[in-house]
Amino acid sequence: MSVTISLPPKGAAPDAPDPKRIAFRQKLGRWDVQLSPYLYISPFFILFAVVGLFPLAYTFWVSVHQWNLIGGQGKFLGLDNYTYVIGQPQFWTGLRNTFSIFLLSGVTQTLTALLLAAVLDQNIRAKTFWRMGVLLPYVVAPVAVGVIFSKMFADQSGLINALLDKVGLGPIAWHAEVIPSHIAIATMVNFRWTGYITLIFLAAMQAIPREVYEAALLDGASRARQFFSVTVPMLRPTIIFVVITNTIGGLQIFDEPRVFDQTGQGGSDRQWMTITMYIYELGWGPQKNFGRAAAVSWLLFLIIIAVGILNFLITKRIASDGPKQPKVVAASTAASTPTSASAASTPADAVTSATASAPRARRGAGSASEGAPS
Amino acid sequence: MSSDPLALGLAGSGAAKHKARRANRKARVGRPGWVTYAILGFVLVLSAYPLYYSFLLGSSDATTIARTPVPSLIPQGNFGTNVARVISADIHFWKAVANSAIIAVITSLSVVFFSTLAGYSFSKLRFRGRAPLLVFVVATMAVPTQLSIVPMFIVMSKLGWTGKLEAVIVPGMVTAFGVFWMTQYLETALPFELVEAARVDGCSMIRTFWHVALPAARPAAAMLGLFTFIGSWTAFFWPFIVLGSSNPSLPVAIQLLQASYFKDYSLILAGVTIAALPLIVVFMFAGRQLVAGVMAGAVKG
Repeated sequence: MSVTISLPPKGAAPDAPDPKRIAFRQKLGRWDVQLSPYLYISPFFILFAVVGLFPLAYTFWVSVHQWNLIGGQGKFLGLDNYTYVIGQPQFWTGLRNTFSIFLLSGVTQTLTALLLAAVLDQNIRAKTFWRMGVLLPYVVAPVAVGVIFSKMFADQSGLINALLDKVGLGPIAWHAEVIPSHIAIATMVNFRWTGYITLIFLAAMQAIPREVYEAALLDGASRARQFFSVTVPMLRPTIIFVVITNTIGGLQIFDEPRVFDQTGQGGSDRQWMTITMYIYELGWGPQKNFGRAAAVSWLLFLIIIAVGILNFLITKRIASDGPKQPKVVAASTAASTPTSASAASTPADAVTSATASAPRARRGAGSASEGAPS
Repeated sequence: MSSDPLALGLAGSGAAKHKARRANRKARVGRPGWVTYAILGFVLVLSAYPLYYSFLLGSSDATTIARTPVPSLIPQGNFGTNVARVISADIHFWKAVANSAIIAVITSLSVVFFSTLAGYSFSKLRFRGRAPLLVFVVATMAVPTQLSIVPMFIVMSKLGWTGKLEAVIVPGMVTAFGVFWMTQYLETALPFELVEAARVDGCSMIRTFWHVALPAARPAAAMLGLFTFIGSWTAFFWPFIVLGSSNPSLPVAIQLLQASYFKDYSLILAGVTIAALPLIVVFMFAGRQLVAGVMAGAVKG
């Protein structure tokens, strides 16, 4: 490989070297310079092609065929697998459950994280300790969280119901009923992710120049007003980013509902069976039908894209609404988020602009907070 | 600092006071009151209690758990016995621990190496198509790869990898997030002058990477390694499908434990507790770095 050559040390060639060899070395050196950049990035692209792009196309190929776990590829079916799964009530139950859990967790998570970040964004003592405190659940596996919470939310002799009983409320059938089971599962998701998202928001909040708050304070804005008129609008790229990653992850939820009871079927009436669990059941359950599992995968893929775009548009609108801001705010918003000004038109663009601008802005925040002992 | 002598001398006491307030500005009107700490304390309890609850039940026994839904805050003495039962249970416990460790270590090392290599290339080398390719890398983060399990499983069975660790390790050897993360970091942390100096001194491209870029990337690489380690230690869906119950990773073993011993939560939660323990220990030592990592732009994976 050309990349391993090393040029001879300077001035260490007293006798005239063979000109042919020099030419060859120069050629090698040029190849090294020209090809190395591509060589270095190639592992990612090769791996993505193999485990990202190819499977996506291949999923579609499988979904239009009769295809079983044991028998392999069968005859071409056209869209039969799609019409079959769309005709199944379980598919629609799964879709309902997935969306319900996603909304319950996504909305509470984002709002709680925003408020909690605002609490942490004060000049508190032992900063790192509290930040670590909110992040702790992140290191616990979703399966472990699911098992722990499935016991806490047990219908009989569960911790939550016992506490409800103590404050004079009746027990709730956390497993047997639809919405309570969704709330329980959303609680697991929130437990693990709220702290993480809080820290993302906190980092973005610290990147907001303090002069902006000063200006708002001079204008007589209350703390609440500062939060809604300064903090939230300036966090727009970060909020969009969090909502979109939430959508991609939340609609594929599997681990927590899978261990919400020991059978992993999603309840006797499939009251908490999500779409990904349905995919698993079609492909690896009694049917062992890969064609149908692939069809549901593709449908979920399209749904995720559609919801992602919808979410992006909604978040953009909500976050850019709100009362007119003082000039200072408007100016520094534009300065700190150069990419969002050019109105990213696709979710991918939004992700790019959010991730690209957020860490850049955060680096300043990082160095600022390093100065303060915590 | 209560007042600034320079401001005091130049513009009087009012300006000095104003300057002091500006300096305090980061503090946003001084220290917050007790309400803030009450909220934070409450959140801390919510974060920690479920884990402690798991330990409490794991150190109890089935009858006590059935009788007292709200466990006493003082753990009982059965944790050791319960753990011994978990180890001897039919879930291949030690194999699961070893598998999880192997998967997490190899994946982390590989992600760090390949991401740093690509990040170095994207941030410090000039080549045609650099910018669009980087955008492409970021865009791939939005592809829900979890939906590709059907073809992935077919490929893995064709390769004969089902039930083997390769099936979990190889697809995760380099990630879009890792590449993006290292690109961002090296962009500022590695000066062009250093790269050029190495080149002038006669280093080949790969030696420049090895002797200049890799040392400069160390802090971000450590963080990336840590996050990747956590990610693979806690991953469930794909290992569950491709490894199966005969050669499980730790989360798969936990699920097995729950499925086979669902009548005895003292056993299950003892298992959950020891499975969660390694990362909690890591968190004790590296929690500060994790916080810094998330705040520096780590992305939900």
